[in-house]
Amino acid sequence: MTYEADAYSLGLAGREHRAADAPVGAVHATLCRKSRFMPGRLPRGGVLFGPIALLVIWQLASLIGILPEKLLAAPTTAVATFYDMIVEGTLAPHFFASATRAYLGLGIGVALGIALALASGLSRVGEASIDALVQIKRAVPSLALIPLAILWLGIGETMKIAIITTSVLVPVYINTHAGLRGIDLRYVELARTVGLSYREFITRVALPGALPGFFTGLRLAVTTCWTALVVLEQINTTEGVGYLMSRARDYGQTDVIVVGLAIYAVLGLTSDLTVRYFERRALSYRRVLGA
Amino acid sequence: MNAGPRPDEFGAGERLAVSVRDLARGFGEKTVLDGINFDIRDGEFVALIGKSGSGKSTLLRALADLDDDATSSGVIRIPDNLSVLFQDSRLLPWQNVIDNITLGLRDADARDRGLAMLRDVGLAGRENAWPNELSGGEQQRVALARSLARGPSLLIADEPFGALDALTRIKMHELLFRLIAVHRPTVLLVTHDVDEALVLANRVIVMDEGRIIRDIAVDLPYPRDKTHPHFADNRRALLSALGVVTHV
Repeated sequence: MTYEADAYSLGLAGREHRAADAPVGAVHATLCRKSRFMPGRLPRGGVLFGPIALLVIWQLASLIGILPEKLLAAPTTAVATFYDMIVEGTLAPHFFASATRAYLGLGIGVALGIALALASGLSRVGEASIDALVQIKRAVPSLALIPLAILWLGIGETMKIAIITTSVLVPVYINTHAGLRGIDLRYVELARTVGLSYREFITRVALPGALPGFFTGLRLAVTTCWTALVVLEQINTTEGVGYLMSRARDYGQTDVIVVGLAIYAVLGLTSDLTVRYFERRALSYRRVLGA
Repeated sequence: MNAGPRPDEFGAGERLAVSVRDLARGFGEKTVLDGINFDIRDGEFVALIGKSGSGKSTLLRALADLDDDATSSGVIRIPDNLSVLFQDSRLLPWQNVIDNITLGLRDADARDRGLAMLRDVGLAGRENAWPNELSGGEQQRVALARSLARGPSLLIADEPFGALDALTRIKMHELLFRLIAVHRPTVLLVTHDVDEALVLANRVIVMDEGRIIRDIAVDLPYPRDKTHPHFADNRRALLSALGVVTHV
């Protein structure tokens, strides 16, 4: 989360100098990032302040009885429920059922998004046939496609994965396509003057140039693939985190609902961090400081 | 203006590297180049100077075949193996230094040649660096290595040192001069710097409003001495051709 840890600690050092009444020269020498107009850099882990404060207030509200159990379970209750579900083995099947759907849809959607973006970004025929269609799809919420998808694909897994695929495809396509179209024309000129073949141009200029856009799309996609599940898992299924949560609503088990929400949050964050890790490695050329 | 031989006499007598006849270029209604005729002999170092908007960059882009969007007429005879050195180093940020130098080279010893060129421009050992890690001057040296690694018989340079600070620019002049002496390509250098033209070139072509208005041979020994009286004469002649009268 704090992948700019070095910059954070530099900012912190700058403020400590300031607090210690260092001479003006020394403050300037320590890369001071705080100015009268801009807030200083957060110390490491500082972004967690908001979530932790919310948890504390929530727990206190539950303890003194402002927040009744039937409206929202306390964090500690949810943790206990989570532990019980793990020990009883009731959580794992739901989790894996959801993960399978989400990641199958993600995989297919990302592959399709890349393929369409390449076809549309690198050829006029592709752009003419594909781009407007995806833009139209972008305007239509994926969940609105469910009625049609049920008529076409039934109420089984195929329909669920198809819906996830369509919702994942859009951000991957849009950002990869924008990356391809946004490649600096100066590099295209260079490719011509050094006599690159079309194939070499694609592999050495176009694809690496579109990679940052692709990663932006992928980061959106890894969280999007889970969002459709809550609704999809109310249709003809007895397994999945979404099913678990809608059943808990019927029984008034707010603790189970909180567990489900927490699973989504944790999965979303870990997926995002994983993508960012690979993004940093693939785009390491951007992080080096200018000499 | 240098009349030169007709295109059908190309190659007769003294060997020509470049021959341009009746070249015109326009964008929409606007004529940018008009009636350009000149030759460059093999091994010549020609500087092309002119004010902003004089058409020198358009001429260079025409020679480098980078002007698809222009309406064009005229004849250009130019070697196939030409290299272009751009004003920005134009290194691919996602490729390391050596891969940038060997970009587009397919022969087996390309990497060795690239490493040798990297040594020649004084950046030995930096082959695995990212372009972003290098200073502006170093990036431009890598670009120079990339241009020369393909053994061009013509090097076209578009204000290659324009974005560098004055001290780095002087070092780059020396480096370019030394490498040109070794690799012996014909050079066409576009610049707006009269001194740069006179330090490096043995011929200076001046452009104004899309035409060639002066073509001056610079018969001074290398390395050029800026205090030499003929240097000052040439400088004054070029500046007045550019419409600049100096009193300083």
